[in-house]
Amino acid sequence: MTPEEIIAQGTKIYSRPRLLTDNITHYCPGCGHGVVHRLVAELIDEMGLEDRTVAVAPVGCAVFAYNYIDVDWVEAAHGRAPAVATALSRLNPENMVFTYQGDGDLAAIGTAETIHAANRGENITIIFINNAIYGMTGGQMAPTTLLGQKTATSPYGRRADLNGFPLKMSDLLAQLDGTCYVTRQAVYSPAAVRKTKAALKKAFQNTIDKRGTSVVEIVSNCPSGWKMPPEKANEWLVANMTEKYPLGDLKNI
Amino acid sequence: MEEIKLMKGNEAIAHAAIRFGIDGYFGYPITPQSEVLETLEAEMPWETTGMVVLQAESEVAAINMVYGGAAAGKAVMTSSSSPGVSLKQEGISYIAAAELPALIVNVMRGGPGLGTIQPSQSDYFQATKGGGHGDYHLIVLSPSTVQEMADFVGLGIDLAFKYRTPSMILADGVVGQMMEKVILPEQRPRRTEAEIAEQCPWAATGKHGRSHRNIVTSLEMEPEKMEVNNHRLQEKYDLIEANEVRFEEHFTDDAKYLIVAFGSVARICLKAIEDAREQGIKVGLIRPITLWPFPKKAIAELARKVKGILVVELNAGQMIEDVRLAAGSQLPVHHFGRMGGIVPNPDEIREVLKNIIK
Repeated sequence: MTPEEIIAQGTKIYSRPRLLTDNITHYCPGCGHGVVHRLVAELIDEMGLEDRTVAVAPVGCAVFAYNYIDVDWVEAAHGRAPAVATALSRLNPENMVFTYQGDGDLAAIGTAETIHAANRGENITIIFINNAIYGMTGGQMAPTTLLGQKTATSPYGRRADLNGFPLKMSDLLAQLDGTCYVTRQAVYSPAAVRKTKAALKKAFQNTIDKRGTSVVEIVSNCPSGWKMPPEKANEWLVANMTEKYPLGDLKNI
Repeated sequence: MEEIKLMKGNEAIAHAAIRFGIDGYFGYPITPQSEVLETLEAEMPWETTGMVVLQAESEVAAINMVYGGAAAGKAVMTSSSSPGVSLKQEGISYIAAAELPALIVNVMRGGPGLGTIQPSQSDYFQATKGGGHGDYHLIVLSPSTVQEMADFVGLGIDLAFKYRTPSMILADGVVGQMMEKVILPEQRPRRTEAEIAEQCPWAATGKHGRSHRNIVTSLEMEPEKMEVNNHRLQEKYDLIEANEVRFEEHFTDDAKYLIVAFGSVARICLKAIEDAREQGIKVGLIRPITLWPFPKKAIAELARKVKGILVVELNAGQMIEDVRLAAGSQLPVHHFGRMGGIVPNPDEIREVLKNIIK
C-alpha cells in the first residue's frame, strides 16, 4: 500500500511534523536523536515559533541537525554553541534561541561556555543529549561515560584513577542563579517521550518569557557506540544510566 | 555631528564603534587593550544606539559570540591583544569559512607566550597569513594614528560587509595607548531589521515569513563541494587583492633608499627620514595601510628605482618576507627590528640606515 492510498483511506493518524524535513537521516537505527528532533519540530510548530526560532547546532552527531528541522540554524564550533546563542539572543531578543548539544560538546570542550551562558541567565534553551559517549568520532570516552563503561578510549572500562568521574553537568547548572529550569529526561519509552516533550515545551516557553536559561538534559542511547542492538541499548540505559543520572526536575522556578 | 577629542587609541576604537553603528561588541580584558571594553561599558551605548556590549568569559567565547552575531547579519566586533588573539583563531577561521562579516582588533604586545605587555608587531604573520586553520585571509588594516584607530572601525566593518569576510585592525600597543587628537565621526544609525533582511538575505534572523530556512555553516562533507567552497573564497581574496590595497608614500619621488614600515613604527621612521634628508641622504618611506592585501606593486615599482630597502619592525623580521617577495632577489633588503616591547627611536633608525648605505 502506498502512503497516498493510506491517506486516502482516512486511517492515517500519525505523520511527519510539518517542520521536520524529509531529508534522509544520518542517525543510526535506534538512536534517540531522531525522537528528540521530532519533538522539537512538533513544538516549534505547535507553539507558533517557526518565524522567530534560531537554533544552534553543535559538533558531534547532531552537527547535521540543521538538515532536519526547518528553521534558521547556525552551526557552531565544538563546544561554543552557548556563546553563539548568547549573541543571537542578545542581538535579536524576540527570537527563541536554543542550542542542541551532546555530552562531549557541552560537558567537555564547551564546559566554560555552557556554565557562563547559564550563569549570565541568557534567554536560551540548552538541549543536552547525554549518551555517555562520543558518537560521531567513533565511540570514545566522554566526561559523562560511566565508571567501568567500555569505549574506544577506555577499552578496559573507565577508571576513576585514570579518567576521573562521570560529570553531572545538569546538577552543576541547577546551582547557578541564571537558570530557571533544569530537568533530566529520556526518550527510551513512549511515556518518557511524552515527559520530554512537556519539558521541552516548558523550556521554550521560559525562553520566550525571558526567564533565564533552561536546560533539558535528555539521557539517550548510542547503539553503535555502545555496540548493542537498539532494544538492548535502551535496556542498558534504564539499568545503568538512570542510576547516575536520575530522571526528573533538578530546578523549576 | 563630528567631534574633536583628545583620547587614547583604544578609547577611539570604542567611541568609533558606537558612532559607526556597531550592533554588538564582545570582549575580554587583556593589556594593552582593556580600555576598549572599559570605555564601552562606561559609555553605556545600549541606552543610546541600542548596541550590545558584553564581557565574555574568555576570548574563545567572545569570538564565538561575534560569530553568532555576524550569523544574524549584525555588525559585530571584538578586540584583544596577542595572546587573546591566538585564542580567537578558531573562531576567526569559522567566520572566514562561513563567509560572515566581522571586525577583530588586535592591539599587539610582545610575545611569544605570555611575553610582555609592552608594544610589538610580532603578530604580522598570524594576521596576514591566515592565523587559524585552513586557506583563508583577513583584510588587515594597520593604523599609525589615533585618528586611524577610529576611522578603521568604519572602514573595517564596511569592507567586512562588502566582501562578507572578517577584517582586522592590527595595531601595535603604541597606537593603542598613546593619546592624540581625534575627530570622531557623525553618529551613523544602526541598521534596521528590514535593512538587515535586505542586505543579508543569508542571515539566521528567524524566518519571519521567508519561505526557506537559512543555515550558517562552514561544514561540507563532499570533497568536490568543499573544493568549490574553497575556490569561491580564493576568488574573493583575488578580488580584494585587486581592489583594496592601501598604502601611503613619503619622499619617494627622489628616493635612493626606501624604508618600509607599518603602524607606529612608520611614524618613527618618518622622523628618521627627515633627519637623514637633512644630512643629504635621499630616503623615502612606504607605509602599508593594508598589510593584507599587501602593496606588492607599489613596492615592486619603487624597488626598480632605489639602491636598497630597509624594513623596520617591532619583531624579528616578518613583513620583510613580503617586501622581499615584492622587491625581487636583485635588491638588498635589510631588516632592523626591536623586540620584547622595545620601541626604537629615530636616531637608532637613522644610524642603521647610514650603516647600510656606507
